[in-house]
Order: sequence, then structure tokens, then C-alpha cells
Amino acid sequence: MTAARLNPAALPDPAGHFGRFGGRFVPETLMAPLVDLERAYRAARADARFRLRLQDLLTHYAGRPTPLYFAERLTRACGGARIFLKREDLCHTGAHKINNVLGQALLATRMGKKRIIAETGAGQHGVASATAAALFGLPCEVYMGSVDVERQALNVFRMKLLGATVIPVESGSRTLKDAVNEALRDWVTNVRNTYYLLGSAMGPHPYPMMVRDFQRVIGEEARAQSRTLTGRLPDLVVACVGGGSNAIGLFWPFIKDRSVRIVGVEAGGHGLQSGKHGASLGAGTVGVLHGSMSYVLQNDDGQVAEAHSISAGLDYPGVGPEHAYYRDLGRFQYASITDAEALEAFQTLARLEGLMPALESAHAAAYAMQAARQMKKSETVVVGLSGRGDKDVHTVAHALGSNNGNVVEPTPR
Amino acid sequence: MTRLEATFTSLRARGERALIPYFTAGDPSLALTGKLVVEAARQGADIIELGIPFSDPLADGPVIQRATQRALQAGVTLPRVLELVRELRAEVSVPLVFLTYYNPVFAFGLKAFCQTAVEAGVDGVIVADLPPEEAGPLQAEARPAGLDLIHLVAPTSTPARMRKIARASSGFIYLVSLTGVTGERTELPSDLLQHLRTLRGITAKPVCVGFGIGNPEQAAVVGRFADGVIVGSAIVRVVEEQSGSPALIPEVGRFIAALKAPLRAT
Repeated sequence: MTAARLNPAALPDPAGHFGRFGGRFVPETLMAPLVDLERAYRAARADARFRLRLQDLLTHYAGRPTPLYFAERLTRACGGARIFLKREDLCHTGAHKINNVLGQALLATRMGKKRIIAETGAGQHGVASATAAALFGLPCEVYMGSVDVERQALNVFRMKLLGATVIPVESGSRTLKDAVNEALRDWVTNVRNTYYLLGSAMGPHPYPMMVRDFQRVIGEEARAQSRTLTGRLPDLVVACVGGGSNAIGLFWPFIKDRSVRIVGVEAGGHGLQSGKHGASLGAGTVGVLHGSMSYVLQNDDGQVAEAHSISAGLDYPGVGPEHAYYRDLGRFQYASITDAEALEAFQTLARLEGLMPALESAHAAAYAMQAARQMKKSETVVVGLSGRGDKDVHTVAHALGSNNGNVVEPTPR
Repeated sequence: MTRLEATFTSLRARGERALIPYFTAGDPSLALTGKLVVEAARQGADIIELGIPFSDPLADGPVIQRATQRALQAGVTLPRVLELVRELRAEVSVPLVFLTYYNPVFAFGLKAFCQTAVEAGVDGVIVADLPPEEAGPLQAEARPAGLDLIHLVAPTSTPARMRKIARASSGFIYLVSLTGVTGERTELPSDLLQHLRTLRGITAKPVCVGFGIGNPEQAAVVGRFADGVIVGSAIVRVVEEQSGSPALIPEVGRFIAALKAPLRAT
């Protein structure tokens, strides 16, 4: 692969394809609305007032820029490369999701839409959507699998406090995948007045492009901050990948920096051999789910499999098409981290750095710690700490409880 | 002339409209789906749609979602439905059309799917999440194999899109009556006739209307303006209610006869 071949700004093509991935695989009812949405988004992106308004919200409402934090004690414990954490957990609502939500909610009002719907897995995107809906005075309904409603009770309550309606989804695996199906069914029905605020860099065109664009700020900041703090670009950039929004946001500005190794971390669940995981890129095959072509966990008959992860946000059998494209190109690599490894990283970060990451982000941290040990002390790793872990404390307590209450000892320092 | 073309030509000559019932293949079992198809043809169905179950049927309402779940739990796969069609061809001569989502077809392999389907006796395929923009690869295999690729027009389709869809569609054009998922509705949408008229002004191909049509009265109204009437959820609901009962086949047969009655020449 040559640097000249990488032209991320040229993708997706006008039909929404990233190579053979992406596109618009949706019922005809949604085709004209998706074209309208794309047109409205391109017009907004070209409008200085829109960009200024979004910038203002990101700065004064969401709290950007987020710091790039040198995790010194964690670095010392690993004994290798210096580990920096991109602190999206410090964003308003506690995760990177707010970046995308503010952009899309602003677009929704610009388009004159009167109602917002969203899907959510961990509840982070649901909370962010409910927040933006409150801010813009729009009614908001959030579809959430009933399994996730149960394991993310705190976020469900937060959404309700923000004035949103949470609709538990009982179909299929009752997780994120089914919440997306139900949100799409709502959208097909109410498409004329409703804005579908999709939360990840997936779905039909223009969503993967739009969500990426709204999340790019993560990588743009991290790239500049790396230069300021270390005088150079990082050697390795790591983020967790469910649908892939925080990862594409962090990775994208580094694509042409060929010295930077880029690794997405998927949910290893009980291990890839167990079949209970969320590693679409690591163990899936090419298929069509939720409006775009990408890698999908499925059986030989093309029936989509149920994913598994301790983290609700990674519990998804698909992945955004741009990830699939750069995976096949070899520009991004993908690894997986098991539930147990993520839990351990969660505790390590808590004890060594006083940070409780979201279980999603703990996957990225776990991989980064392993990688840092193999790297030189002069090298640096940037980890996307996509969200805070308050929402997961209950899940962590439950998981550790089933382990006879034995809290895993942190790695020796 | 394909079997679908021949059907519409003959119906038009008789001043009749097509009744197109839908069954989810394998609900409650493949054997019973076979019997339902035979009975439907006997009671006046002109074309029969067979739904290939997919795990994530995002264009379907609760009734067909449940049928899909039952079929998947019963172990129904695309190869087994193709096998059923091959067996049915000894007894049934009406056109058979698959209705599915893209992923099961893609997983089977586009070329293999088109060839196997035609060999088995399938006449056409409707892919709920495959607009013409993405249909190139399937179209490229369907046309030489002789499989009609039937596209859908929606109430949100612009005239420009209608033209594109009408050009791409073969066999007939599936006009979705409403913005929403499959399922019965108490009223027909008020703008249906307007959409139908616009589409008629664009194409001479047969137009069949589906989504939200659940009783003979509604079929009669739609039949005055369309070449065919597609009934899905209302029939699947009867299958669900009569599942396990000896009355299943005769009840569905009676319902289909009642739906066809207003579509016959007067």
C-alpha cells in the first residue's frame, strides 16, 4: 500500500460506497429521504453559520477540546511505550456520542423535523440524543433492546429525566441490533416529520460519512495534542469498535500518516472460538445489515447471528463500512479483547489512574496495555477513552461477584 | 414471454385483476406451506409470493416478524424453500415469486441463486432492501437466468425515481401503498390513487399494490385501479390463528377465495 493510494477525503463515492462496502440497502420508502438528508447535510457542512454554531456548542456545551492525558502510572506499570488517553469520557453526557448528536440535532432543526428517534445499546447514544433533544426542544423516542434496558438501568433513568421516551424492544436478541431494526421501522412509518439520529458510523449512506465527519474532531484534536505533548505523532492509535464511531473519529485524521499503526479493538466476549463475541471484522463475513454492506456475524444462510459482549455498546453483529474498507486495504488492523480482559483493564485503570472507563473503552485500554509492553519506551500510544464507566459499575459488580467477589489484582508496578 | 408476463396478459384480456397472496415459507412448516400454496392456487390466487425468512426483517410489521421467527425456529433455509418450489411445480402452475431481503440471497451467491431459483421454477424475486441503485450485481445474474427482478415504488418515491424503478423492474412493479411496515390497516391511504395515477403515467408495466390491504372490501377498491392486489399480513394472521388446527387449509382457502371474488371480471 502506498501513501498516494490513500485518499480518505474522496470516500465515500457519490453513491455512498467505500470500495465494495457501504451503500444504501434500504426499503424504497427511505431512498428519497436519504437523498434529501444527504443534500441537507452537504449544504449544512458548506454553511459557515452551521459550522460556527456547532463549534460553539462543542466548545461551550459539550466541553471540547477534551484533554490528551499522559497516563504515567499506567505507563510505568506496563513498562513500555508511553500511554496517552484521549479523554472523551470528559465530554458532556460522559462519552464521545455527544459530538455526533449535536451535529445531527442541529441538522434536524435545520431540516425542520419535528421529532427525533434514536437507537441505543449501552444507552450512551440514547442519553446524548435525549440531551440534544432537550436542548433543541424536540420530542425524542429512543429504541433500546430490553436486555440493554435491564443492564443499563442508570442510562434509562437518565433518558427519562431528560424528557425522552425509552421504548424497550422485545424482538430478536433484544439488544442493539434489534433496536436499530425497530428505529428503522419507526422511520419508515414517520419519515416525513421524523429525524432518525443514528448513533454510529454505520447504516445507509449518508450516515457513515456524516457520523465520521462529526466524530473526526476526536482525531484532529488528538493528532495536534500529540504533536504538542510529545513533539511527534503517536506510533499506535487504538480505539474500541462496535459500530465504530469513536474509532473512525479517532483514526480518520491519521490515515495518511503511514508511520502510525492503527488498531480497532472488537469485543472478544468469551473468546472468538466460543462463538460468543462481537468481532464482526475479526470473525465475520461480508454481508448486508442495517442498510450497508460490511462485515457481519452471520451463518452460512445469511441469517445474522447474535453478538455477545459484556459491554452493551460493542454487542453488535455488524460494523461501519469504512472500517471494513480500511481493514481489507490493510490500513487498519483489528484485534479483540475478551470480557475478562476488559474487566481487568477497567479495574487497572481505576486503581492506577483513578479513571473508570466505560466497558467499551476498557477494551481499547486492555489492548493498548498489552501492546505498550511490547513497544519501546520512546514510543507512544494514543487510546480512545470513549466514555466513562459509571453506567457499568453495576455490571462490573455483578461480574466480579460471580467471581467469588475476587477483585483482580492490578498489574505489578 | 415469461410466466409473469403471460399471467398479466391473460388477466388483462379477461378484464381481471391478479390476487397475489403472501406466505412466509416454513410457517408453520414447509410441508404446510406447500399445501397452502396448492390451496391458494385452487382458490384463485394468480401469483403467489413466498417469503424467505430473514433474521432482521426491518420492512415487516409484527405479524410477519412473528411468522419469520417461527420459520427460522423450524430451521427453514433458502435451499430448503428452493427444494419446496421444485416439488410444488408438479402441482402448481401459477407464477411463484420470492420476497426476501438481500443478505440471504447474497450469502447464497447471486449467480447460484438466480440459476437455482429458475431451475426450481421460481419466476421472480422481490428484495425488500435492494433499491435499483444497489441492484446491478443481482440484475446482471437475474436477466440471463430468466428471473424477473421486481422493484418497489413507495409513496415517498419522486417521479424521477419512479421512472428509474419502472425501467429496472420486470414482471411487474410493486407499489407500496403507505409509508410504513407491512401489516393490516383500517383505512387505505388517501393518496394511494394519486401515486398509482402518477406511476401509470410513467409506465405501461403491470402495477400491483401491497402493504395494508387486508380484506375483500379494500381489495375491491384497489383492484379497480391496479393490475394486482398483494395481501400478506392478513393471510399470515389467519395462518397463525389456525396453526395446528385441521381448519388451517380450508380457512386460508376461504379467505383467498373471498379476496379474489371482487377482482374477477364483472
